[in-house]
Amino acid sequence: MSRIRLNVNGNTHFADADTALLSVLRDQLDLTGTKYGCGEGQCGACTVLIDGRSQRSCITRASTVVGRQITTIEGLAKADRLHPLQQAFLDEQAMQCAYCTPGMIMSAMSLLNKKANPSATEIADFMEGNVCRCGTYPRIVAAIQRAAKAMKEAGL
Amino acid sequence: MSANEKLQTFIEPERYELTAAPAHRFELDRREFFKFLGGGMLVVCVLKDACAFQESGAGRPHAEPLPKEIGAWLHIGENDVVTVYTGKVEVGQNIRSSLTQAVAEELRVPTSKIQFVMGDTKLTPFDMGTFGSRTTPTMNLQLRKVSAAARDLLIGLAAKQWQVDRQRLVASVGTITDPQSKRSIEYAALVKGQQLTETIPEVDPLSPATEWTVQGKSLPKVDGRDFVTGKHRYPYDQTLPDMLHGKILRPASFGATLASLDTKDAEKIPGVIVVRDANFVGVAAPTVEAASRALAALKAGWKSEPQISNNELFDYLKKNEIGGEDPTGYAKQHEQGSVEKALASADRRLQATYTINYIAHVPLEPRATLAQWSGDEVTVWTGTQRPFGVRKELAEAFRLSEDKVRVLMPDTGSAYGGKHTGETAIEAARLARAAKKPVKLVWTREEEFTWAYFRPAGVIDITGGLHKDGAIVAWDFHNYNSGAAGIQTFYDIPNQRILFHPTRSPLRQGSYRGLAATANHFARESFMDELAHSLNMDPLEFRLKNLTNDRLRAVFEAAARKFGWGQKKPAGHGVGMGGGFEKGGNVATCVEVNLDKETGDLHVLRVVTAFECGAVVNPDNLRNQIEGANIMGLGGALFEAIQFQNGHILNARLSEYRVPRFSDVPLIETVILDRKDLPSAGAGETPLVGLAPAIGNAIFDATGVRRRTLPMIPNRLKMS
Repeated sequence: MSRIRLNVNGNTHFADADTALLSVLRDQLDLTGTKYGCGEGQCGACTVLIDGRSQRSCITRASTVVGRQITTIEGLAKADRLHPLQQAFLDEQAMQCAYCTPGMIMSAMSLLNKKANPSATEIADFMEGNVCRCGTYPRIVAAIQRAAKAMKEAGL
Repeated sequence: MSANEKLQTFIEPERYELTAAPAHRFELDRREFFKFLGGGMLVVCVLKDACAFQESGAGRPHAEPLPKEIGAWLHIGENDVVTVYTGKVEVGQNIRSSLTQAVAEELRVPTSKIQFVMGDTKLTPFDMGTFGSRTTPTMNLQLRKVSAAARDLLIGLAAKQWQVDRQRLVASVGTITDPQSKRSIEYAALVKGQQLTETIPEVDPLSPATEWTVQGKSLPKVDGRDFVTGKHRYPYDQTLPDMLHGKILRPASFGATLASLDTKDAEKIPGVIVVRDANFVGVAAPTVEAASRALAALKAGWKSEPQISNNELFDYLKKNEIGGEDPTGYAKQHEQGSVEKALASADRRLQATYTINYIAHVPLEPRATLAQWSGDEVTVWTGTQRPFGVRKELAEAFRLSEDKVRVLMPDTGSAYGGKHTGETAIEAARLARAAKKPVKLVWTREEEFTWAYFRPAGVIDITGGLHKDGAIVAWDFHNYNSGAAGIQTFYDIPNQRILFHPTRSPLRQGSYRGLAATANHFARESFMDELAHSLNMDPLEFRLKNLTNDRLRAVFEAAARKFGWGQKKPAGHGVGMGGGFEKGGNVATCVEVNLDKETGDLHVLRVVTAFECGAVVNPDNLRNQIEGANIMGLGGALFEAIQFQNGHILNARLSEYRVPRFSDVPLIETVILDRKDLPSAGAGETPLVGLAPAIGNAIFDATGVRRRTLPMIPNRLKMS
């Protein structure tokens, strides 16, 4: 099996090429913050950033993201300091079982990278592909708006 | 005590939660535990028989009498850390936080000094399982008792050390203080160098809710940081060095048996092990990809029998009653007065049939297990609401005694009643035994949809009789298969017959958040609306006329007030309400919907839920549960249904089985009635039950169309 070089959270890793990015992250690199939920890109639990834009890692072949910047939930906090989105999810208690949370945060990152101050409707539209079975959607919308404000204040 | 009060205080074990429940004696070897714990103080709570009754399921007929059991225990370490052990498990309902509050409240220690070991069958006391909204009314109470006892013991130790009257000592912030001499000592210092074991047989006085300083406040999820950083390891995320990945060969259809199997091609793949044991066929391999290839390379022939399909479901249920005794006793009819006489003399009679489809739990984390053998002992890390139940399943499957089996339950990616069983634990353990290596086995979404179990489908027939002044005089209620939870009416009806008819089920079925209370409330509260409309009465006024229970009246009135019931509404809008009580909680929900006449789209615009579950332990988490229950409930109310045909699930994927998403969410408002004078009840389930009837009643108000089937609008929210 051929080996490929991937850039994940700023580090270089070697991985088997012939597999889904989600498997590489979880099974080869032991980055288990990215979750399996459906295997068909329908739930968003496996969302990662590819060059700053959200992508479903379960339906992404690892070989297609060689040379790109891959960011997972483990790559967001800087040392001990949480990213404002992570902090906002805590502040709003925007989780119950929290299995969807990494995917929610990564999708929200992508949205805020594109639009600094989204409305509640824009958030719902953008996040439609992320499922929270516990039903914390209103809190997630509030968390994203809170994070947007915090990021603006912090000049991020 | 009135019948209603009895209903409120007695919680009936429900049929689908009684499938397997061994009464087990927890053997606590204290010397061994101190070896494990180190020095300090160990406080053990022994359940009294009356208390053990609920949690063990011993109240059901034919159960063996229970031994006195250890209900809970905690350890105060020399390192200043309090470790609490409970067999309850965390699946997102945030009991790790609320139970931390219970201990902090009575032990008088900061929440940051408390850690929990949950759902580890080797380390925690036996617990039947985490379901039925029992954690708050039972485990919270037990842990408060054990903590209050520990506090007393610590005060006693300090009094002895200082040779003073214990009455003058105060426990606060992990320290005993003597206000007169201004002396103080930390708990950790008090227990240092000691190995104290205390058993508390009796109840210690607990702080009343009006004096709570930790309970009653919104403590955030205690380990929330681990979840937003991806650090927490769910069952799906567990690993061991050298572990293999397993896959199971599934039958071609439900009920199919293996006729032939060719494993040659699969076994040619390097590192692959194939296991066949009767109808069980599985593979294990060093990578997921190799395991998948091996599974695909198996050539199996299956022998199938014709199976029931969902177009004949409701007819099938009505025709396939199971005779004999129902374990809950509900099959014996509950009857008072004379329904026939009252119906014959009623001013108005109404009859309606409601139907409920199977739905799936869809926990975002599918079932997962990592299994490891050491000699004849097996350890599994798995996501289950019943770690001790899974231990028993494993012991039976492998013919081991239960002490050879250890089940650990890492905080899991939700369950909703869907993870009572140990399928993956048995599958992973079977493969691991053959492979002589740890095996991780995780279900795909398709497997979770197909090989788990469903919320029971059901048919409910109701006949009601009314006096022309709006009094209900007769009530005849028959539930086929759906279940007995929430079946009793809480309206004051002199003549009633209520009967649960167990039937055969075409699909595997089991517990689901709220159990049959959702179906029974849907039918009852929809029918209440039908009765009210038949007399041109306002649905709220009609309910209150037939309702004396104060707690339930209070939530209906509170919800109606917040909602603005009776106010003028725009054209095309409709309003409805539904409510009831179950598992110690009282709920009323009002809903506003809008039908877009041009597109035919139905929108749920607004939901107001009033909820009362006694003294509130954690207000924000309670709100979170109420919001979440309403959002999850939208799916079953509007569009979720399992489609099945001749042994196959037709929509076993998230692209085919629709769950509520961001755009489905209406404005949700919650009103919490905090009754500090009443014991705290659980709240993870009951907030769900008012929503479906409220939506159905609002649809009727908006359109004049009565929807009597759950889901009500399966066709992408288009009223056709």
